[in-house]
Amino acid sequence: MLEIAIKGSKKYWIWLAILAVIMTAGVIAYIDQFLNGLMTTGMSRDVSWGFYIANFTYLVGVAAGGVMVVIPFYLHDYEKFHRITILGEFLAVAALVMCLLLIIVDLGQPIRALNVMLYPSLKSILFYDMLVLQGYLFLNIIIGWKVLEAERNQVKPPAWTYPLIYLSIPFAIGIHTVTAYLYCGLPGRGFWLTAILAPRFLASAFAAGPAVLILLCYVVKKFTKFDPGWEAMQTLSKIVCYALIANVFFFFCEIFVVYYSNIPGHISHIDYLFFGLHGHNAMVPWMWTSLSLMFIGITLLIVPWLRNNKFLLPFTCIMIIAGTWIDKSLGMIAGGFVPSPLHHVTEYAPTLKEGMITLGIYALGLIILTVLYKLATTVKEEVRG
Amino acid sequence: MMKKSRRSFLKVAAVSAIGIGAAPAISLSSSSTNSHGSSHAAKSPNKGAKTAKRWGMVIDTSKLTEEVVEHIVEACHKAHNVPDFNHEVDEGKYPKTRPVNHKQEVKWIWEEHFHNAFPDKEDEFLADKFKHLPFLVTCNHCKNAPCVKACPTQATFKREDGIVLMDFHRCIGCRFCMAACPFGARSFNFRDPRPFIAETNPDFPTRSKGVVEKCNLCAERLAKGEQPYCVEVSKGAIVVGDLEDPESEPRKLLDKNYAIRRKQALGTEPSVYYIM
Repeated sequence: MLEIAIKGSKKYWIWLAILAVIMTAGVIAYIDQFLNGLMTTGMSRDVSWGFYIANFTYLVGVAAGGVMVVIPFYLHDYEKFHRITILGEFLAVAALVMCLLLIIVDLGQPIRALNVMLYPSLKSILFYDMLVLQGYLFLNIIIGWKVLEAERNQVKPPAWTYPLIYLSIPFAIGIHTVTAYLYCGLPGRGFWLTAILAPRFLASAFAAGPAVLILLCYVVKKFTKFDPGWEAMQTLSKIVCYALIANVFFFFCEIFVVYYSNIPGHISHIDYLFFGLHGHNAMVPWMWTSLSLMFIGITLLIVPWLRNNKFLLPFTCIMIIAGTWIDKSLGMIAGGFVPSPLHHVTEYAPTLKEGMITLGIYALGLIILTVLYKLATTVKEEVRG
Repeated sequence: MMKKSRRSFLKVAAVSAIGIGAAPAISLSSSSTNSHGSSHAAKSPNKGAKTAKRWGMVIDTSKLTEEVVEHIVEACHKAHNVPDFNHEVDEGKYPKTRPVNHKQEVKWIWEEHFHNAFPDKEDEFLADKFKHLPFLVTCNHCKNAPCVKACPTQATFKREDGIVLMDFHRCIGCRFCMAACPFGARSFNFRDPRPFIAETNPDFPTRSKGVVEKCNLCAERLAKGEQPYCVEVSKGAIVVGDLEDPESEPRKLLDKNYAIRRKQALGTEPSVYYIM
């Protein structure tokens, strides 16, 4: 099946070449970081995680969001998702590869990464995060591949794939729950120390993942002969809508608890994000932008004639992706680390090199996604003759 | 120059090859001595080593002056090869060293204001003498250390005597421990620290870039029966001893004085006490 990937139009190869160039720039930036250490980043003693872990968190969500097509199709026989299920699974594969790479580039001693497996630490959430992320990655590769292969040969997928498909559902929930547990189990970080964190992560993931998927459906429809189906996209947009409402609702639950209880160790972080603290307010415009984008997104999705507008929907999705990205990436890291446990305000901004490395990883993710989507759409075209 | 370094490389390679060849023989001979109990002896503490059930520290804040604090920080950092980003780099030895980012500094023990050391005890009517007192903060060697739990490789571990230690060679630099520590006690080597060490202490390892480090309660000195550096130069302001031994110096001080710990409500059970 892989031979499909090397037979493409001129556009296909130009697109891959552009991505390869961006990726190479990232690799060059990474070589510098590898040789000189994380001094090349904007991270500091007080803000010890940054852009890499922020994007990691977001992309775990995108990967988990794929389950929003798997559940309706496999558990509820929702036929309209038949065409896009594979797109959700392959999106998860690309997102997870990016996640694992973002973790690797964040390590101070990347060549020692396997120590996590050599000295498994059963009390460390990072150990479990590694397990579920890798598990979910392999599940999606196997499932996506086998189901697509079966479709190409016009037979049913082998029976053993079904238990794996059902297993992938709790794994999807699991990757984002465990990722939230990385943060919310730490006693000294008031911003993260909340039981709503994992539900909030999941809600925002189930908004962001399908929103990305809708955009990809537009791309697929424009550049291939395969049509994912407008009705499927409509259903996805409803899923995005309700998940986004849940995300904002959970956020306001958090806001209520924090401000009504009036506990300083919890208030100071949200104050910093939305109003600034001791004159430091780099995050303020971002956070209000994020909140506005999410509210606009909800409005545009909840009103039927706005949601049904084929021209408007991709822009709505872009707004939602941007809004949830700021909320979960920038906000989650900056809010958690500022102020520091000693109540110092050290602000964080990524450096150019950090940005280039992250962009390089996104480029690689897009290369994987492009190739996988090429396989999927070509097979589906073939089958329909 | 090139030739010379190649020759020295070959020498090293030859010696290592001999070493690899000899390794099985060495391990054989050591396993044969096992039956005589000599390996057991290697595990028991040195003669004269200071031991405890749970090491702890008591800081008498009334004895802390700017001068004492400065001496303590300097003694600790110098002896443990902690880099000083204000140190002027020797351009000959370390050419093209990039400018430093002071936010990426490394510190084991340092001075803080009361409201930073005890953010949960902020008080608008706090006595002036506490407001301006130089508080010393460091690793609390918590009984329930969140950093030990967070570490995915057991590079941070808790010794039976309560000291939280780091294996600099196992640490992968994920910095989960830094997120987990409620006391900001940990530092990450964002860069090679060596250009910023004025005088390297050959008795203690320097670190490489990419690993986390923190106060080790001078475990290397306790093992030799010596007091930690901070205690030595503190003019009586810092006392280190066994918290579980009612006769120990720290316990005697805690019996007589009211002492507080940082962020007690979090349940990490810090082993560093502050007499107010």
